[in-house]
Amino acid sequence: MTPLLGAVKITTEYYLAVGALMFTIGAVGLLIRRNTLIMFMCVELMLNAVNLTFVAFAKRLNDAHGQAIVFFTLVVAAAEVAVGLAIIVAIFRRRQGVTADDVDLLKG
Amino acid sequence: MEAIVFFIFSGLVLSGALGVVLFRHPVYSALSLVAAMISVAVLFLQQDADLVAIVQIVVYASAITVLFLFVIMLLGVDKREERDTSFKSARIVAVLLGILMLVGLGTIAGRELSAGTAPQTHPLTAPATDGVAPADEGNVEALAKVLFTDYIWAVEAVSVMLVIAVVGSVVLARRSRSGVARSSGEALA
Repeated sequence: MTPLLGAVKITTEYYLAVGALMFTIGAVGLLIRRNTLIMFMCVELMLNAVNLTFVAFAKRLNDAHGQAIVFFTLVVAAAEVAVGLAIIVAIFRRRQGVTADDVDLLKG
Repeated sequence: MEAIVFFIFSGLVLSGALGVVLFRHPVYSALSLVAAMISVAVLFLQQDADLVAIVQIVVYASAITVLFLFVIMLLGVDKREERDTSFKSARIVAVLLGILMLVGLGTIAGRELSAGTAPQTHPLTAPATDGVAPADEGNVEALAKVLFTDYIWAVEAVSVMLVIAVVGSVVLARRSRSGVARSSGEALA
């Protein structure tokens, strides 16, 4: 690659910036998509961005606690996907669709 | 070298994330989610998080994505989202909110970080002692020490939560035979 790119010193802030961008893309995607499956994927993106931030700080502070927290986030994400997809399957059985606008029983 | 790897894979992470949001077809979204997850794993590897990177690939890029693809194949692709045109103004608001959030997060991330003041009870890598080679303790050992001492109750609680999640998802997705048992499903939909 170019020597210019290789000369950049990658600090913690670079990883934090990638995490922030990824989190924002996930949040905006959660708002603009109506397909519940893709909304779920956006939640996964947001969780992953937080994991990236945790790992960046663990490296920065040289502390293993940051990486331990990532494990709990991973487990919670896995459980959330299992339960969420089961709910989507249950909704699909009754509505024949996975659009979030279908589920508006609580609309004010 | 570190910078080159960082720029390549952070570009892959961000394009994968954009692909999840922008692809019309859910299968393409799931595949770009895989690309983003694997690239995040490379970024983990760059920051001495070996075990977390492997678990990221095994759990996120494999298990969770296969679950997503399985449900997409099971349910088929919903075409109704594309016909919905009453949603345009909400999209503009969402993008504006996203820009606002990015500014806020960028302000926090751009602040000058203070030096590490945390008590160094569990360093990621063991420091070299007396100029000899570093102690034979890697990332896995350091992480295991933390998980099974400081976080032992959290580990136990998380295992209970996983069992509850498995039972709950089976109950939710079960196809009941008689009409009597459908009441829980009706409350959902």
